[in-house]
Amino acid sequence: MTAKSNPIVKTDNVTEFRPGSPKLSMTIKNRIFQSAVLVWFSIFALVIIYPIIWLGLSGLKSNSDFFLNTWSLPEEWFWRNYKAAWDAGIGQFFLNSVYVTVVSVITVLLLGSMAAYGLSRFQFKGQNLVLILILSGLMLAPQVSLIPLYKLLQGFGLYNTYWALVLPYVAFQLPFSIFLMRSYFLSIPRELEESAIIDGCNTWKVYRHIIIPMGKPIIASCALLTGMNVWNEFMFALVFVEDSSLRTIPVGLMNLRSQLNTNFGIQLAGLAISALPMIIAYIIFQKQFVRGLTAGSVKG
Amino acid sequence: MTRTFRNRRTALLYILPALFLILSLVFLPIVLNLYNSLFRWNSFDAGRTFVGLEYYIRLFKDPVFYTALKNNSLYAIISLVFQVGGGLIIAAILEDKLIRRFQPFFRTVFFIPSVISIAVVGLLWQLLYNPEVGLVNGALKAIGQAEWARSWLGDSEVAIYAVVAVSQWQYTGYMAMLFLIAMQKIPFEYYEAAMIDGASRIKTFFNITVPQIKEMLLVGSVITVIGAFKVFDEVYIMTSGGPGRSTEVLGTMLYRSAFRNDEMGYASTIGTVVFVITLTLSLVQLKLGKSGQEV
Repeated sequence: MTAKSNPIVKTDNVTEFRPGSPKLSMTIKNRIFQSAVLVWFSIFALVIIYPIIWLGLSGLKSNSDFFLNTWSLPEEWFWRNYKAAWDAGIGQFFLNSVYVTVVSVITVLLLGSMAAYGLSRFQFKGQNLVLILILSGLMLAPQVSLIPLYKLLQGFGLYNTYWALVLPYVAFQLPFSIFLMRSYFLSIPRELEESAIIDGCNTWKVYRHIIIPMGKPIIASCALLTGMNVWNEFMFALVFVEDSSLRTIPVGLMNLRSQLNTNFGIQLAGLAISALPMIIAYIIFQKQFVRGLTAGSVKG
Repeated sequence: MTRTFRNRRTALLYILPALFLILSLVFLPIVLNLYNSLFRWNSFDAGRTFVGLEYYIRLFKDPVFYTALKNNSLYAIISLVFQVGGGLIIAAILEDKLIRRFQPFFRTVFFIPSVISIAVVGLLWQLLYNPEVGLVNGALKAIGQAEWARSWLGDSEVAIYAVVAVSQWQYTGYMAMLFLIAMQKIPFEYYEAAMIDGASRIKTFFNITVPQIKEMLLVGSVITVIGAFKVFDEVYIMTSGGPGRSTEVLGTMLYRSAFRNDEMGYASTIGTVVFVITLTLSLVQLKLGKSGQEV
């Protein structure tokens, strides 16, 4: 699986976790160690997961219930909080987020896979320079670009439109996706392409009918990681859009906080609505998430 | 075959759209930022006055700048201890042969907070820290430490620690997952050999696990430190730099200068400082790591 003719990137695409080991004879010392760790980790797991469960449950409480019984289950299950949060603006923010995320992810996948194909299959002068340029985009802090981008977007009349979010998101997500896809494409055997070319296929057909189908696993991982980063992005969304009808969820939640003030039940319902898609996606697509992390470790 | 894939023009056709976007929206702004920092200007006024390095001099005399640097460094150090150190220990224990059976459950649970947006996490923890209704004070009372209860985000002595703690809660499991992935590549034979030699768990950890994943440890440490100098969301959401300016970090300081005080030149100066710091750290990573991209 190791990539050949590959100047800076080396990636083994190990994605599966090892199976648990067979049954062992347990000494007393081992038993104590095991129990101690399990107790300790269970407390840990509780500290991590409890606030999230509390978030979901408190979103189902009436306000007085929330203040009086912080710890207990809801007295009456206030599903209408979720409805109220949705109507208070979360609905619009949610749809905006879906739109911006879908458009950004599709664009990143298309342009990213094309660039990764160009960089993994072709050999040309200046290739390394292009590669280094793209990959160094991985390291740059978005804050540095915040003000110039704000001015650029204003200058092109894109400020306060969906494009003001989509374009920067695509540009900032591309390097990582190209990095992941390129290393994966390099590991795809070339025999198939060679015979395709001999049969008269052009490079576009190779890309379309060989590289894309064979690269599906990494494309799925890129889609998930890009989608997660875009869905959760906050700073650009705060600065590049000012109409509340265009706001995405993270910034919309901030507005809702000042709007709803002390109506905590509805606020928490709003938080739950925006956190749930990612948690569900993660639990369903764990394998793809982990593959993405394996191939390149960069924190959002 | 070879000729088809040696055509430079075709290759560039595939690469250019992505390259164009990256150059114009990621690289060009960095150059513009440097240029912008040499002028006095504001967002809705076309005129700008050249001031040279005046803003840089002002920045280095600004006490808030040092508060921000201190807070970013605090972020980095605490995150190194908890996320890298803690994550490493958690991963090593999860890989232990006695625990591995339970690993899928724990690694899934520990990882969950890192997929939630920082905005949601920040707003959630603001409520958890709330002195009246928050779970944090409630939990302290429940375990009989009521005197520790306080207004966590309203007390300038502890607010920054309260904010940093949220990041540890959110990302320690993420780091543990990265280390687990690296540990999966260590051959079993190494551990078997250590077992035959009768090496203890702690010895095995230091003599096999740590050296075998040192590349990932390095990458993990560097992205943690770089992340600490990029932080913005959680601070902005939970405290906006307050109370006073006690939790200000470079990111919030930049935002405040640009969009509250409308001093775009000064804000750009802060941007340059963030750029220099993150660039230096990235170069350190490239230099220390064999290839820098290995993982």
